Amino acid sequence: MILQDIWFFLWGLLWAVYFITDGFDLGIGCLLPVLAKTDEEKRIMFNSMGPLWDGNEVWLLTAGGVTFAAFPKVYGVMFSSLYSALMLLLFSLILRGVCFEFRSKVNHPGWRRLWDTCMFAGSLLPAILLGVAFANIFRGIPFDGNGVYQGTLITLLNPYGLLGGLLFLMLFLVHGAIFLSIKSDGDLHTRAARTAGIIWWLLLVVAVIFLIASALYTPLYKNYLANPMLFIVIVITVLALLGIKVFVTKGHFWKAWFSSALTIIGATFYGVIGLYPNMFPSSIDPAYSLSAHNASSSPLTLKIMLVVAVIFVPIVLSYQIWAYNLFKHKVTKDDLAYEEAY
Amino acid sequence: MDVLFLSRLQFAAATFFHFLFVPLTLGLSILVAIMETKYARTGEEIYLRMTKFWSKLFLVNFAVGIVTGITLEFQFGTNWSRYSSFVGDIFGSLLAIEATAAFFLESTFIGVWVFGWKKLSAKAHAFVMWLVAFASTLSAIWILTANAWMQHPVGYVLKNGRAELESFADVVFQGFAVLEFIHTASAAYILSAFFVMGISAYHLLKKQHVEFFSKSFRMALVFGLIFSVLEVVEGHLHGSDLAEKQPTKLAAMEAHWQTMTYAPKYLFAWPDQQMEKNSIEIIPIPGVLSLLAKHTPSAEVKGLKDFPKEDRPPVLITYLSFNLMVGLGFYFVLVTLIGWLKRNKLMESPWYLKLMLYSIPLPYIACELGWTVAEVGRQPWIVYGLMKTADAFSPIATSQVLTSLVAFILVYGLLGAVGFYLIIKNAKQGPNPA
Ligand code: HDD
Ligand code: HEM
Ligand code: HEM
Repeated sequence: MILQDIWFFLWGLLWAVYFITDGFDLGIGCLLPVLAKTDEEKRIMFNSMGPLWDGNEVWLLTAGGVTFAAFPKVYGVMFSSLYSALMLLLFSLILRGVCFEFRSKVNHPGWRRLWDTCMFAGSLLPAILLGVAFANIFRGIPFDGNGVYQGTLITLLNPYGLLGGLLFLMLFLVHGAIFLSIKSDGDLHTRAARTAGIIWWLLLVVAVIFLIASALYTPLYKNYLANPMLFIVIVITVLALLGIKVFVTKGHFWKAWFSSALTIIGATFYGVIGLYPNMFPSSIDPAYSLSAHNASSSPLTLKIMLVVAVIFVPIVLSYQIWAYNLFKHKVTKDDLAYEEAY
Repeated sequence: MDVLFLSRLQFAAATFFHFLFVPLTLGLSILVAIMETKYARTGEEIYLRMTKFWSKLFLVNFAVGIVTGITLEFQFGTNWSRYSSFVGDIFGSLLAIEATAAFFLESTFIGVWVFGWKKLSAKAHAFVMWLVAFASTLSAIWILTANAWMQHPVGYVLKNGRAELESFADVVFQGFAVLEFIHTASAAYILSAFFVMGISAYHLLKKQHVEFFSKSFRMALVFGLIFSVLEVVEGHLHGSDLAEKQPTKLAAMEAHWQTMTYAPKYLFAWPDQQMEKNSIEIIPIPGVLSLLAKHTPSAEVKGLKDFPKEDRPPVLITYLSFNLMVGLGFYFVLVTLIGWLKRNKLMESPWYLKLMLYSIPLPYIACELGWTVAEVGRQPWIVYGLMKTADAFSPIATSQVLTSLVAFILVYGLLGAVGFYLIIKNAKQGPNPA
């Protein structure tokens, strides 16, 4: 049914948009102890994502909400199977979320160190966990015909899963370092730009290994081989990845950021296309797998949700782009003098 | 301890905690928007200072409100997967609409508001606060519509082993949701009014920033008075709606065992679920329950004994929570009325200011009691009359839920402590000097 396929595509798109938006602020959070030398630089990093991070995180809520609405069975089985990993992710995001508001409210080094640590750990864990979760989904999850998970948290930490975690981390680090280059000047800017260039090499290595490992450990390439036109997605992704390096070297940071955004979309769709029509494949027996075709909501709900999406997503995108544009300037000392600044 | 029990405990802990912060967001966003609008209109410095002071408290509260909401959004999947598969067709779409229509608006524009002081004109900046207030209200409408559907499921058919949507309009425009929204929104406004009045009273008692806090107090007082009165009237309608839609809950709220006409309301009772009667009953007033529930003293009200034992909610908790909430409801009307009479000579009544300072926690308690009535009173059903809570939980390992429950208690304990510490610290500090 066409509606189910549309929603499968939108489901992938929502995750991709989440990775692009929250990806850079998670990346900046991970880089906090590496890039900032002084409290002032730390505050510049906090304030560079300050007005945007919350709106970014809502894409995660929407991706989750849409899974619930359009594919309720996937929502139930996926989130209960990945229980411990998801809880870890949520607690990380909770502690990270309050850092912004809490950190600068008390002027005490110990207090600030506490929230800096939470910011770092609360950014690092989600970046890795999201990758681990998706890589495991590509591989297949051990759950039975009743949707009962037969593994533990450790089951997810297999080599391919960890490789996925590393890939996501590298993607977000590069994406974040580039955004910080846009939003800062002086030493911090120079350091951020240099870091983006260095981590890019790591990203390249991990990405190549991941593409190869996927052939060994997952059935992802089956759809590509059945329809070789699809390889274009991989080609575009690789070109975008190379583009990042070119633009960073030239100092064109906005272009580099869009390249890295395109790389993230490409990486997400690389997996989503390989999965299709599965959404949560079982590694015990393919017959148990949940797919867009056997786990969706009723046609009426899918239709109503489509109308909602067609109306609201463009509205949301337009005011979020307006907000990004409003805050595209470099964060300076003046901005930190603000009473409300983080 | 089994998975069901632990999951319930965890869900209850998470929602109760979330709802410590939700009402202040709903109400204070509106009060701050009013203050800032006055500033944008008149240019008077004092309104700007009021906006800045109250919004500082608002933002700390907002931060904790947001992060505690995030876990809730996923808990239906993690802990109630069978519920999610069964009702996702209807319930999931309401949650998804809440995220797309409300959360984006709320979270994007709060960022614009905090960082946009110099980038936007005074009028545009005030308008952004109205957008935030509007979005919070919208989110409340959608989540309460979802909750109302669990209380009173409509617009569905049972098909393919689950509840499927039949009429979206029936789900969205149902009376239960309207009543629940008005009741919860009014509760939030009462809470916010008492919050502002209480903190103002603290400073007025110390005779500092007198003009600033007298103005704040009076503004909140109007808000508090209107909604306290509305709450009692609307609460009554809410209760009589239950007589029809959730008779077991109503009977538990009133500790009413025997179906009868001229059903009495007791001044005080102590229900005993085992013995199926009240072990203490003080001063029955005949016909009052019938009057309240059905608008005629002679009407028949169903008692708990008319329902199978396993379909009755925990009576004692429901009864006590309900009656305490109602008691507090009347108390709020009383003290806001007194405040109205004293509104121009607040400084002359330190006892009243002290009373208001110590009343800050009461609306918080009333809100949590209200949710206890609504949710515990709905048991053993997760969707009233359609699905039992015992059939709804995820088939996962007990140890997992136990671990996450402990983590919830620790992390939320920390968050709550820090959040309230910062709110109290900033509240005591008072506004920046003019
Ligand atoms: C009557 C109102 C009400 C009720 C009953 C609930 N919430 Fe809530 N929620 C809000 C009213 C609200 C709000 C006023 O919109 C919040 C509170 C504090 C805030 O900042 O926004 C919010 C925040 C909030 C967020 C964060 C949004 C963001 O990042 O901007 C999520 C994901 C949820 N909630 C989800 C839930 C779920 C799944 C609930 C059901 C169990 C729930 N809320 C009960
Ligand atoms: C924020 C205010 C809320 C509070 C304080 C609250 C409180 C509670 C409590 C105490 C329970 C446990 C009842 C028991 O097991 O005896 C519960 C259960 C539940 N509530 Fe609520 N609730 C709130 C809002 C909501 C909303 C808005 C929804 C749905 C949209 C909801 C859905 C549920 C579900 C799914 C359960 C689990 C099943 C159950 O134990 O009944 N709750 N809630
Ligand atoms: C005389 C006054 C009041 C009456 C008669 C009343 C009545 C009710 C009833 C019947 C319910 C249960 C509805 C359901 O099952 O869904 C309820 C729930 C609730 N009450 Fe009250 N109430 C009163 C005052 C208050 C006050 C003063 C507050 C808080 C400041 C409050 C907060 C709540 C909340 C948060 C809920 C749960 C949400 C809902 O179901 O609407 N109530 N109330």
